[in-house]
Amino acid sequence: MKIVVLIKQVPDTAEERTLDLATRQVDRGSAERVMDEINERALEVALQLKDADKRTEVVALTMGPDEATQALRKALSMGADAGVHVLDGSLAGADAARTAVTLAAALKTTGFDLVLAGNESTDGRGGVVPAMVAEHLGLPLLGSLASADISEGMVRGVRQGENGTLNVHAVLPAVVSVTERSAEARFPNFKGILTAKRKPVTTLSAAGLGLPAAAEGIARTVVVSTAERPARAVGKKITDEGNAAAELAGFLVTNRLV
Amino acid sequence: MSNILALVEISHRGEIAASARGLLAAAARLGTPVAVVASARPLTDDDVARLGQLGAVRIHSAVTAAADTVLVTPALEALSGAVELFQPAAVVVPNSVDGREVAARLAVRTGGGLLLDAVELRGGQGTVAVQHSVFGGAYRVESMVEGGLPIITVRQGAIEDQAPPAVPELTVISLDGTAWDASSAKAAVIDAFNDDATGSARPELRSAATVVSGGRGLGSAENFVLVEQLADALGAAVGASRAAVDAGYVGHAAQVGQTGVSVSPQLYIALGISGAIQHRAGMQTAKTIVAINKDGDAPIFDVADFGIVGDVFTVVPELIEALNANRNVHV
Ligand SMILES: Cc1cc2nc3c(=O)[nH]c(=O)nc-3n(C[C@H](O)[C@H](O)[C@H](O)COP(=O)(O)OP(=O)(O)OC[C@H]3O[C@@H](n4cnc5c(N)ncnc54)[C@H](O)[C@@H]3O)c2cc1C
Repeated sequence: MKIVVLIKQVPDTAEERTLDLATRQVDRGSAERVMDEINERALEVALQLKDADKRTEVVALTMGPDEATQALRKALSMGADAGVHVLDGSLAGADAARTAVTLAAALKTTGFDLVLAGNESTDGRGGVVPAMVAEHLGLPLLGSLASADISEGMVRGVRQGENGTLNVHAVLPAVVSVTERSAEARFPNFKGILTAKRKPVTTLSAAGLGLPAAAEGIARTVVVSTAERPARAVGKKITDEGNAAAELAGFLVTNRLV
Repeated sequence: MSNILALVEISHRGEIAASARGLLAAAARLGTPVAVVASARPLTDDDVARLGQLGAVRIHSAVTAAADTVLVTPALEALSGAVELFQPAAVVVPNSVDGREVAARLAVRTGGGLLLDAVELRGGQGTVAVQHSVFGGAYRVESMVEGGLPIITVRQGAIEDQAPPAVPELTVISLDGTAWDASSAKAAVIDAFNDDATGSARPELRSAATVVSGGRGLGSAENFVLVEQLADALGAAVGASRAAVDAGYVGHAAQVGQTGVSVSPQLYIALGISGAIQHRAGMQTAKTIVAINKDGDAPIFDVADFGIVGDVFTVVPELIEALNANRNVHV
């Protein structure tokens, strides 16, 4: 079975992230860039399958600037067999529509039985790319799975819905996205880090995928304005010496919050 | 005025989703609201009246048994059909698990553009612009679509008003026997629904005026009851940090933060929560923030209007008592 895992490099959410108010894009310099945690969990699903059946082939696919290679290397050191990097200056600042069209084209060249992705990235948070890719490929999506059980020709899972969970299944080929309830990812071990250097990474360009330089014929999402919210005023902080609860109750009453 | 399609979600038990009110209000700001519903059973007279109350001028009801057995596709087919029929100026969809997938696929099908997780919308002179709250409310970004149909997902609970009531004109169509097929290999099939236990008397987290959240500092599911007791003393909703959810103190639906629910209540009380940036992203737009934490250096105090360095197991019971005493004085 061949599994392609979609990987995105994002600014580390553990740091303050900023928007560049001039370019209206995420400020690349403001936080360290890491492989998105949700993609690590998606990769973990594939790697667990590979642990159980060595014939499983796991490919990590990313679209992004030069430094996105680091995210691919991380995936390879965790245990993926190969990496594919869609690298093209014309893709800078691509919106979800353009990202999905590009990933779908790349997936057609790699081939796959199953595509695994995170349900939403921690920077864009749109949560639409897996469904758009599935639509381009004419495939079912089992989205937002808290757990996935993959067998020959079939994937079953538990989907996190709005009012509870749903048991769902689809026949392969299919696209699956996982939520952060899915198993936590492994750390790369020493052997993994060493062998990662020898694993193949293929680079694809937009033109090589037969995509036009600009998104012709598809609508574009454009940012009209951005504004920063003023910082919160510094509040009051007290140490409890027996009457903090009473003071807090007083504060809530005075401010009509109870 | 142009038609604006609003995807009204209906549960497998036949209940109209709470998102319908805000969604129809959003549609009414942009044009004439047309409610689009995909359901396994025809809408009842009560459903039609309810949607009218919420502002639906027209209802496009698509009926198919597959609505209870196939994920997303029935709503997508209903909406694609309605786009052809009504030639809308925009489509609004709840920013829910299903809604996002419907919007995503519809955008690919129609060549439309996506505007995701809108918290504010405005229209006029053939344009539609929406606002998003990003990085936990640190920025407000306004965006629009160029060269195609705007397909907008609206953050649940963000639109607070209600559209003027209407007497809806109802059209019912059957989706069965059309081009797609629930039994085909292309379907994502629903085998069972495991609904969360309902019947909680507490307000809904997303729209509650007061939220009391607990973190890993509560230490156990048994101790987490303290969070619920304070919530009940305040008539508040219960929230939690991801660490508390991961430890099983409380269900996943209670998670507040970057990957959980975003809340903007009048009052947010954080108990035993350190205030990691991913947690703050979901609550720092609250009007007033109160934090109780043993560790005086916890980052939650950076955003708190009133912080107590103290033990939740001491302070919270005293607070509940003080609040009850206050209530007895005033009643
Ligand atoms: C991609 C990503 C997404 C994430 N999304 C979210 C999200 O949506 N929401 C979220 O919350 N987190 C999220 N996190 C996790 C986040 O980084 C933190 O790990 C989490 O918020 C910590 O939860 P906590 O504050 O309950 O636990 P801790 O950080 O362990 O803090 C517990 C606090 O309790 C205090 N405490 C202990 N005992 C007591 C006592 N008796 N009385 C008073 N105080 C006490 C301690 O001083 C401490 O500050 C995300 C992380 C990542 C990487």
